[in-house]
Amino acid sequence: MRRPSWVPEGTDLDKPNAARVYDYYLGGSHNFEVDREMARKALALWPELPQIMRSNRAFLRRAVTFLAEQGITRFLDIGSGIPTFGAVHEIARAIRPGAKVVYVDRDPVAVAHSRLLLEDDPDSAVVQADLRDVEDLLDRSEVAALLAEGEPVAVLLVAVAHFVSDDENPSKLIATIRDRLPAGSALALSHASLEARPDQAEDHQKLYRMTPTPLTMRTNQQVTAMFAGFELVEPGVVPLPRWRPDQPGTVGEHPERIAGVAGVGFRS
Amino acid sequence: MSGTTPVNGSAERFHEDWSRLLSADHGIAVHPGLLGRLVARTAALLHRAQLDEPFQPRLAAQAGAELVDAHFTDPVLLARAVELLQSQPIGDDRGPALTGAFAAGWANALRERTLSEQEAIRTAADAARKEAERALRASEARFRALFESAAIGIGIGDTDGNILAVNKALQELFGAAPADMVGRRVGDLVHPEDTPGVWEAYEELISGKREYFQFDKPYYRQDGEIIWTHLTVSLIRDDDGVPQYQVAMLEDVTDRYRLQERLRHQATHDPLTGLPNRAAFFERLEKLFENPEPGARFGLCYVDLDGFKVVNDSLGHDMGDQLLSAVAARLKAALTPLGHLVARLGGDEFVVLLENCRGEQEAVAAAKTVLKALAGPVLIGDHKLAVGASVGVLERRVSTTTPGAAVRAADLTLYRAKEAGRGRWTLFDPKENARAVSRYAVSVRMPAALDRGEFFIDYQPLYRLADGRMTAVEALVRWRHPQLGVLGPDEFVTTAEETGLIMPLGRWVLEQACGQAAEWIKQYGDAAPQLNVNLAVRQARSAALVTDLGRILDSTGLDPARLQLEITESTVVGPEDEALRTLHGLVDQGVSLAVDDFGTGWSNLAYLRDLPVSGLKIAGSFVGDLHDPAKDGATGWRIVSGLVSMAHTLGLNVTAEGVETRKDAERLREMGCDWAQGWHFGRPVRPAEIARRIVEEPKGRPVEER
Repeated sequence: MRRPSWVPEGTDLDKPNAARVYDYYLGGSHNFEVDREMARKALALWPELPQIMRSNRAFLRRAVTFLAEQGITRFLDIGSGIPTFGAVHEIARAIRPGAKVVYVDRDPVAVAHSRLLLEDDPDSAVVQADLRDVEDLLDRSEVAALLAEGEPVAVLLVAVAHFVSDDENPSKLIATIRDRLPAGSALALSHASLEARPDQAEDHQKLYRMTPTPLTMRTNQQVTAMFAGFELVEPGVVPLPRWRPDQPGTVGEHPERIAGVAGVGFRS
Repeated sequence: MSGTTPVNGSAERFHEDWSRLLSADHGIAVHPGLLGRLVARTAALLHRAQLDEPFQPRLAAQAGAELVDAHFTDPVLLARAVELLQSQPIGDDRGPALTGAFAAGWANALRERTLSEQEAIRTAADAARKEAERALRASEARFRALFESAAIGIGIGDTDGNILAVNKALQELFGAAPADMVGRRVGDLVHPEDTPGVWEAYEELISGKREYFQFDKPYYRQDGEIIWTHLTVSLIRDDDGVPQYQVAMLEDVTDRYRLQERLRHQATHDPLTGLPNRAAFFERLEKLFENPEPGARFGLCYVDLDGFKVVNDSLGHDMGDQLLSAVAARLKAALTPLGHLVARLGGDEFVVLLENCRGEQEAVAAAKTVLKALAGPVLIGDHKLAVGASVGVLERRVSTTTPGAAVRAADLTLYRAKEAGRGRWTLFDPKENARAVSRYAVSVRMPAALDRGEFFIDYQPLYRLADGRMTAVEALVRWRHPQLGVLGPDEFVTTAEETGLIMPLGRWVLEQACGQAAEWIKQYGDAAPQLNVNLAVRQARSAALVTDLGRILDSTGLDPARLQLEITESTVVGPEDEALRTLHGLVDQGVSLAVDDFGTGWSNLAYLRDLPVSGLKIAGSFVGDLHDPAKDGATGWRIVSGLVSMAHTLGLNVTAEGVETRKDAERLREMGCDWAQGWHFGRPVRPAEIARRIVEEPKGRPVEER
C-alpha cells in the first residue's frame, strides 16, 4: 500500500540514489560516497555506462531543441534528477525565451538541489512527486497549472520509465498523463534497452535491485508500445545516438551497443 | 611581435585536432553551437599562450578552466589535451610550462567545481532533511490532534499491559485524569460481567497470535459507575513483525446497552408484578433440558389462586391487580431465598421452578411453602382479603419428559388439586395424568387425528454393547396435538386402547415403520438396523393382527427377520390366554418377539419361559434407580445383574433401557448385557438422523462416547 501523501517520506542518505549515481556517471560531484560506490560497481560491469549516459543527455538536448523548434514552450520533465549541465530550461530557452518548465522528481535531495538552482527563476518550478502515483503528480498545483493553460506541453520521460516495474504498469501511467495533455502536446521518452547487451543486462538489473530504484530493462517493442496514442516522429524508437543526430558523423560506431532507445511522438 | 611564428598550417591543424578532441565523449552531450564557440575560444587562448610575448601562462590556465566550466571533467580528456599540446612545435622552450599551466588551470577549476558541487549537494541534502523533519513534525502534530480530539476513546499500551497514553475522550469515558490511567495496567480493567473470551482474545493479541478483536465490554468508571463500551483492540508490530503496542478504541454504548437491557427486561418480565413472565420461565425450563447431567431432576409447582375471579368481579380489576402484586411479592419473598424461580404465567397462575431438585420431598416442601405464604390475609386499602391457592406438584428426572409435557402435566395435576377441594397441593401421578389428558381432549380428537396426519414416528437407537454398533431402532409414535403440543405414547395409548382406536393406529404405525425399515435396508443393506415396534395389549389379542402383519410385510417388502415386536408382560395373562395363539402366529411368520418394560408388571418368570420370545428389555427404572440417592446403588446393580443372567439362562437377548451415562454403559457391558438404549446412546429422533448414524458410524461408536 502506498503511504498517504500527508505522511512524509524520509531522506535516506545511506542508500544510493539514481539521480546522484547518474550525476557521477556524467562526471559530476553532486553525489555521496554511497552513490559512487554503487556507480563504481556498475562501471566495473559496464564500462560504457558514462557513454550511454552522455548519449541519453545528448538525446534530451536534441529532443528539447527539436520540440522547441516545433513551437513548444511548455515542458514537464518527470524524473529530472540533478541537472548536472544542460538543464531543460536552458536548452529550451535558447530557442524559446520564456519557455516554462516544471521539474518533477521523487528524490527529496534532487528536488531540494533543483530548488536551490532555480530559486530566482519565475518560469520554472520543482515538484516532489512520483510517476507511479500519477494522479497525485498531475494534481500538484504547478503541474495542473502547466496543463491548464491549454498550450501544448512536452512531457519528458528521459531515463525514468525503466524505474517503473511491470507490476506498476508504466504504459498505463503514461496513458493517464496522455489523457490530460492539451492538443498538440508531445512525449519524449528514453529507456534502458534489453537488446544492446543482453549478456550484461541481468547483472546490471541485479545491481539496481539493491537500490531503492530497481531497474526494468525493456525491449524496443515494449518501449514503442508506451507511445500508444502518440504519433512517433521519424525515425521512431531507435538507439539513443540514432535519434536525429546533429550530424551523421556524431552517431559514432556501433550505436546499437548503446543500451538505450528513445523516441518522440505527438498526441494523435 | 618577435620570436618564432609557427607555420600557419600547423595552427589550422591544431584547431582541427582540438575540435576533434572536444567533440568526442562529453562533447556529444553539448549543443554543437556551444561546442563550436568553446573550441574557438579555448583554441584561441592556447594559441596566444604559445605565441604571445611575454609568455602568459594564465592564458593556458584559463583554457583549462573553461573546459571544466563546460563540464569537460573527465581526466582522460586532460591526458589527451596535454598530449596534443606537447606535440605542438613551439619556437621557444615554454612548451612544458604552457602545458603545466593548462593542466593546473584545469585541475584547479575541477577542484573548485567539485567542492562547490559537493557543497551544493550537501546543502540540498540538508534542505531535504529539514523539509522531511518539518513534514514529520506536521504529520505528528496531525496524528496528535487526531488522537486528542477523536470522539472515540483511544488508549495505547505496551505488550506487557502497561497503559502508555489515553486521549481526552477516553479520560472522559472513565471520568479519570491522565494520571489515574497512565501507568495502570490493562489487566486492572477487568469487570465481573466481561464477555467470556475477552481476556483469552486479549492474551492472544498481545502474544501476536491475532491482529485485533472486538467485544462489548463493561468498565468501572473512576466514580464506580459502570459503562458499557464497544471495544476494538488492535496490535501494532514493529518492522520485524514483533508485537510492540496495543491500541484500544472504546465507543461508549452504555445508553444502547441499558436500552437493550430494559427491552429485554420488558420482554421477560411481567409488568404488574415484576416477576419473570411466561417466556422467561419457558426459556429457563428449556435450558434445563438442553444438556442435563445424568440423573438430573427438576420440580414444578403450578399455582392457581382460589377465588380470584370473585375478587376481580366484586372489587374491580384495580383491586385484583393489587392482590396479584401482593401475592407475587409474598411468593418471591418465600421461595427465591430457597433458590427457586417464581414466574407469573398469566392471570392468577404462577409457577415455581426447582432446578437441580433433590427429590419429591423438596418439591412438596416448596408447595407447602407456597400455601403457607398465602395463608395470611392480604391487606389492600380497607380490605382484608383472604387468598388461598391450589398447587399441582410435579417432580421428575429431566430425561423422562419434555418441557411442554411437564408443564401440561403440572397444570393437569393442579386441576386435580382444585377438583379435590381448594387450598391444597397434589402430586403428579402418571396414570392420573394420562387419564386427565384423555379427559382433556385426547379421546374426542383422536379418531380424526389419524386421518388428519397428526401422528408421526420417531426412532430411538439401540446399541450393541460388545462392539458399539447401532443394531436396532425402536419406533415411537408421537401425536402433534394442535392444542397440547407433541404428546408421547404414554399420554394417549391408554386412551387409544380404551376407545379401540389402538387398532387402526397400531396398524398405521406398523405400516409406516416397516416401510421405513425396508427403505433403510434397501439403501444401506446389512448396516441398516433391526426395527422394533411396540404392540399394545389389545392389538396382541386381536386375531386380525396376524393377517395385518402378513399384508404389511408383503406390501413393504420388509424381511420379517429384521422386525421385532415388543409386548408388555400384561399382554399375556396365563398359559391359556388367546393372546398366545396370536403371538405364535406372529412368530410363525418369521418375526421375533421381545418383552418390553420387564420388571414393572408381574414379572412371572414361569410364563416367560413358555412365551415364544427371544428378547427381554429391562425397564428403564432399574438403571435410573441406580442414581437415586435414596436407593442403595449396590443392591440396584445386583438386581440388574440378576436379571441379565436370568435372561441369559432362558436364552434371551437382553436390552437395558434408560441408560444415561457412559459409566452405566460400561458396567452393563462388563456384566454381559447385550444391548442398551437410552439418552447416552440417543433420544428418539427423526428418521434422517438414523440414516446419518448408519452412514457416519460404519464401525460403530465406542461405548464411551455419547
